[in-house]
Amino acid sequence: MAGGISIARAWRKVSGSDIYYSFRTSRITVAAAIVTAIIFAACFAAPLIAIQDPYDPANLDLGVAMRPPVFWGGGWDFPLGTDDQGRDMYSAILYGTRLSLIVGFASVLLAMALGVTIGLVSGYAGGATDAVLMRAADVQLTFPAFLIALTLDGIVRGLIAQKVLPFDHDAIALPVIVLSLGLSFWPQYARTVRGAVLVERTKDYVNAARIIGVRPWRILWRHILPNAMGPVLVIATINLAVAIITEATLSFLGVGMPKTQPSLGTLIQIGNDYLSSGDLWITVSPGIMLAVLVLAVNLLGDWLRDALNPKLR
Amino acid sequence: MIAFLIRRLFQAAIVMLTVALISFVLFNYVGDPINAMVGQDTSLQDREKLRQDLGLNDPIPIRFARFVANAAQGQFGLSYRTAEPVGRMILERLPATLELSLVAALFALCVGVPMGVYSGLHPKSWVSRILQAVSLIGISLPTFLIGILLILIFAVGLGVLPSFGRGETMKLGGWTTGFLTVAGLKALILPSITLGLFQLTLIMRIVRSEMLEVMRTDYVKFARARGLKSRAINFGHALKNTLVPVITITGLQLGQLIAFAIITETVFAWPGVGQLFVTSVYSADMPVMSAYLALIGFLFVTINLLVDLLYFAIDPRLRTAQAATRAA
Amino acid sequence: MTFETRRLILAGGAALALALAAPIASAPAEAQGKTFRWANDGDVNSMDPYSRNETFLLAFLQNIYEPLARRDKNLKLEPALAVKWGQTSPTTWFFDLRQGVKFHDGTPLTADDVVFSLNRANGKGSNMLGYFATVKAIRKVSDFRVEVDTNVPDPLLASKWAQIFIMSKAWAEKNKAETVGDLTKNEENFATRNAMGTGPFKLKSREPDVKTVLEPNKDWWDKKVEHNLTEVVFSRIANAATRVAALRSGEIDMVYTVPPQDTDTLAKDPNTKILQGPETRVVYLGFDVFRDELLYSSVKGKNPFKDKRVREAIYRSIDVDAIKRTVMRGQSFPTALMVAPGINGYTKELDKRPALLKPEQAKKMLADAGYPQGFEVTLDCPTDRYVNDEKICQAIVGMLARIGVKINLRAQTRLKYFAQILLPKADMSFYMLGWSPAATYDVHDVFINLIQTSNAATKKGQFNPGRYSNPKFDELADKIQVETDTAKRNAMIAEATKIYTGDFGYIPLHQQAVIWAARKNVDLVQTADNSFQIRWVKIK
Repeated sequence: MAGGISIARAWRKVSGSDIYYSFRTSRITVAAAIVTAIIFAACFAAPLIAIQDPYDPANLDLGVAMRPPVFWGGGWDFPLGTDDQGRDMYSAILYGTRLSLIVGFASVLLAMALGVTIGLVSGYAGGATDAVLMRAADVQLTFPAFLIALTLDGIVRGLIAQKVLPFDHDAIALPVIVLSLGLSFWPQYARTVRGAVLVERTKDYVNAARIIGVRPWRILWRHILPNAMGPVLVIATINLAVAIITEATLSFLGVGMPKTQPSLGTLIQIGNDYLSSGDLWITVSPGIMLAVLVLAVNLLGDWLRDALNPKLR
Repeated sequence: MIAFLIRRLFQAAIVMLTVALISFVLFNYVGDPINAMVGQDTSLQDREKLRQDLGLNDPIPIRFARFVANAAQGQFGLSYRTAEPVGRMILERLPATLELSLVAALFALCVGVPMGVYSGLHPKSWVSRILQAVSLIGISLPTFLIGILLILIFAVGLGVLPSFGRGETMKLGGWTTGFLTVAGLKALILPSITLGLFQLTLIMRIVRSEMLEVMRTDYVKFARARGLKSRAINFGHALKNTLVPVITITGLQLGQLIAFAIITETVFAWPGVGQLFVTSVYSADMPVMSAYLALIGFLFVTINLLVDLLYFAIDPRLRTAQAATRAA
Repeated sequence: MTFETRRLILAGGAALALALAAPIASAPAEAQGKTFRWANDGDVNSMDPYSRNETFLLAFLQNIYEPLARRDKNLKLEPALAVKWGQTSPTTWFFDLRQGVKFHDGTPLTADDVVFSLNRANGKGSNMLGYFATVKAIRKVSDFRVEVDTNVPDPLLASKWAQIFIMSKAWAEKNKAETVGDLTKNEENFATRNAMGTGPFKLKSREPDVKTVLEPNKDWWDKKVEHNLTEVVFSRIANAATRVAALRSGEIDMVYTVPPQDTDTLAKDPNTKILQGPETRVVYLGFDVFRDELLYSSVKGKNPFKDKRVREAIYRSIDVDAIKRTVMRGQSFPTALMVAPGINGYTKELDKRPALLKPEQAKKMLADAGYPQGFEVTLDCPTDRYVNDEKICQAIVGMLARIGVKINLRAQTRLKYFAQILLPKADMSFYMLGWSPAATYDVHDVFINLIQTSNAATKKGQFNPGRYSNPKFDELADKIQVETDTAKRNAMIAEATKIYTGDFGYIPLHQQAVIWAARKNVDLVQTADNSFQIRWVKIK
C-alpha cells in the first residue's frame, strides 16, 4: 500500500517540470533509462525475438550441448552458444532476465509494502506495538531467505501432494521464491523507516499538524514518509539487484527456480559448474546481462532518489 | 535506562523462544533426518525404530517442550549427524565465523566510508562516478561466483593465497584465532573480501547519499560562512551527521553478514557456524539447526539493542522521542 | 572518526602487505617427511565404526580400524586380523585370529576384543545390524579362535563382515564406550571423537568438519607397508569448484569426489591426473506399475506403465550414450543390467541395451498402447545424491518430450526425495534410484531388495517402490539365495535377468564413474567400491 502510494506521488512529481529537467540534463541517467527500457522491451518481447522457447524441453537437444558462442569460435545458429542441455543461451537469457525481473520487482514491492507499513506503525505508535513489531523483525532476520524458501517449498509440496493446491510444483516455484524473498527483506525497510519516524515525529511541523487535528495516518504518509523515502529508495534499488542475486543463490543451495525454467541467476549457477572446465560462456553472458541490468537500475535509482529528495532541492 | 535494558532482555528471551518454536515447525519440511542417518541397506523396520527412539513421531508441542526444557539447562542434545554435543559443536565453530564477519565488516567500513565521503563531497567528479560504478560489482554478481572467481585468480592462477580453510589457527583458551599466524591472516583475505563486498557497496551508497544531504543543510552552510576549514566541516560536522543511518545499516548488516556467511563459508570451506548450518540442513540435523537459529536470534536481538543504544548516544533528539513515547 | 578510520585502514593495509609478502602455505619441506593432504566433499561424521553404514565413513575408518578379513586391490577377501576362516557346519563359522597384533596403545588383540566388537556392532545404537541378521550367537573358543552360529546357512558372512571393524575392548570399557553413542542422551560417547584400532594409521588429532590428522602405526602387524607417508591430513571441502581449485593450486594432494565436467581440465593440467573406473552402483529409473491410476499423470482411470509397450517405448527412447557424452562428459558406463561388472552374478552376455527407437516408432508403440497423443507424468529426481543426477533427469525430459511423453520434473534434495519416493509412501509415479550391492557384492542383494515383489513381512522388495512383480522371477530369486552349486546358480541368475530385462521393468542407465584426482607425484590405488585406502598411497 505504502509502496503504491509513494509511487503515485513519485509519478506526480516526475511529471513536474524540474524533475524532468534534472532527468534530461543527466546524460548518464538518460543512458541508463534507455538501456533499462531496451532490456525490458527485449524481455517482454522474448517469445517474438527468441530462437526457441528454452522452457520447452522438446526444444532441447543434447546433440548440440555445450556449443561455444560466435565470439568463441561457435556458429551463428546459436549466437551465444548453448548450455549443458543444448539450450540456446540467447533465448535462455531473454527468458531468464524476464523471470529475474519479475522475481526482483515482485519481491521488492512486497518487502517494501510490508516493511514501510510496519516501520511507520512501529515508529509512530511506539510502546508495546513498537516492541512487538521490532522483535518480530528480529525473529524474521534470524531466518535466512533460503530457509524460508526451503520451508515454503516443503509446505506447498505437501499441500500439492494432498491435492489441496491444484498446481504442479514447477508452477508454484516462482510465487514461493517471491514470497520468501519478500518476507526476508522487510525488516530492513521497517527498521529504516522506524528510525526516520522517530526523528521526524518530534519535529515542530509534525507537532503542529497533530495539534490542528490532522489524523495520524495522514501525518505519517503526507509528512513523515516522504522524509524517510530517501534511504528506502536506496535500499529498494539495491534490493532489486539483491533479490535477483539471492534468487541465484537459492539455486546454489538447491531451492531456486527449477533448472527446466532457468532464471538469469539459475543460468549463472548452471555455468558455475563449468567455471573450472573452461566453458566460461554459460556464466559470462548471463553475468554481463545481470551486471548491466543492475548497473542501469541502480543509476536510475540514484537519480530518482536525489530528484525526489526534498532536502536536495 | 536499566528498566529499558531489563525489558529488552526479557524480549530477547521471547524472541529466542519464538525462533525455536518456528524452527521446530519448519523442520518438518526440511526433510527426513532418518534417511541421512542410515545406509542404503538399513531395513524399513530399523528406520522406523530409529525414528521412534529419537522421538520424531511425537507431536511438535511435546518435542518443543522437551527442547526448551533441555535448553534451559544448557543441554542442546547430540547432533543427529555426528553424535557430538551440539553446544560444543557451535562453540568450536563460532570464532571462525565471528573473525570472518568482523574482518569483512572492517573491510566494508574502511573502504566504504571513505569512498562514500569522497563521492558525496564531489558528486560531479568522474572519480566518484567510477567509484559508484565499480562499487556496483559487489551487488551485481552472486556471492558464490565472486568467491570462486577470486579463488581461481588468487589461488589457482597466481598461487598467492589459499583457496580453502582458515590456514593455521592458534588456541587462546576456548577460542581459536587466525589473527596470530601469517597463514591464518592470508586465509582471511579472500573470504572477507567476498563477504564484505556487498556491505561495502551498501555503506558507500548510504554515506554518499547522507553526505549529499548534509552538505546542503543550513548549518554546514553557516559553518562554511563562519570560515571553518572545509576539513573540519566535512568531517567534524557533515560526516558526524551521516552516522545515524550508517550505524543502523551497519548494525543490521552485521547480522546479515553472519547470515550471508553461509554462502561464503561454503565456498571457502570456512569452518564456521554457517557451514555447519548448511551441512545440518542437508542432513536434517534438527538439534544443530535449532541451536544455531536460537543463537542467531539472540545475536540479532543483541545487535539491535546495541544499535538502539547508539542512537541515544549519537542523536540527543531521540532521547526526548523515547520520553514522548513513554508518556504517550 | 577520521583518525579511527585512517588507523584502521593502515592496520588493515599492513596486515594485508604482511600476509601477501609471505609465501603460500608453509610448504611441506622434505625434512618434515611426506605429508599427504586430501579432501572430500563431506566429513567423516564419526570415529565410531558402527555409528553409520556409510561408504565414506567405513572407507576412512579402515585406515585406523581393521576387519577380520579385508578386501584387496581387486576386492577379493584376504586375511587381516583373522588368518583363517570357514564353516565347520552349514550354520557355524570359525575365525582364527592373527597372533601378535597390537592395538595402537600397545595392548594385544585377543578373541575377547573380537567378541566384544561384534556384539557392539550388533548392539544398541549400531547402524550395522543388517550385517547380523542371520547371527544367533558369537562365542570365544580360545584366545585366538571365535565361532559364530547362524540361524540359517549364511555363505556370505565373512564377506559381509569385511565392513565390521575390531575395536579394543579394554579401551572401550575404560572410556565407557561399550555401546554405540545414544542420540537420545545428552552425553557424548568417547568413541565418537577418539579411536583405538589395530590399523596402519593412528588418529593423531581431530577437528570435526575441519581436519582429521593421522600418523602411521609403526607397530603395524602387516610388514608389507606400501605407503611412504609420515602424516595424513584430511580436510573437508564441500564445494566442488573449491575442491578442484585446491588440488590445482597444490594445497591438496588428492580429492575424492570430482565433478565429471572437470576431468578434462585436471587431465590436461601438467600437475594433476585423473583416476577413474566404473563404480559398482547402477543408476536406474523405475515405474509405478502397482497403482491402478498413477498419482501424478494426465491419464485418469488407468496406469499407462502397466502396459509393457509404454515401458518399452520410454526405455528405448532414452539415449544413454548421449547422456554419457554430454552430461557425464564420458564418465559413465551405460548398462542394460541392474548389477555392475565386478559383482558376483553379473552376466556380460546379457548386458546389451536394445536399439534406440526413432521418435515415430516410439510414438507408434504408444499409439498401439492407446496413447496416440502421449501423456503427462511426473519424474522424481534427487539433486544431490548421484553424479549429475538432476542434469540426467533434465536430459531425459527432453528426450521423452520428443515422443509425446511430457515429463514434469520434480527435483529435490535427497532428504526430502527418499522420504517421499521410498516405501511405504512410494509417493511417485516415475523415479530415479541408484544401488550398489555393497553388503555382499552379490547379485542376490539386488534381486531381493530391488526387484522381488515387495512384501513387508518377508522383508523382500523393500527398495522396490514401483512394486514391479513377476512370480517367476520371485521363485528364481528365492532359489538363488540358497543354491550353492555355482553353475546351477549362474544359470538361474541368467534366467532371472532375462525376465526383468524382457519385461522392461526398470530402465538401467549407467554405472557412474568413480573419479578421483591427484597430483602427478602421488601414486594410489583405486577400487571399484569407491573405498580409498591410504595404505596404498606413495608420494614421489
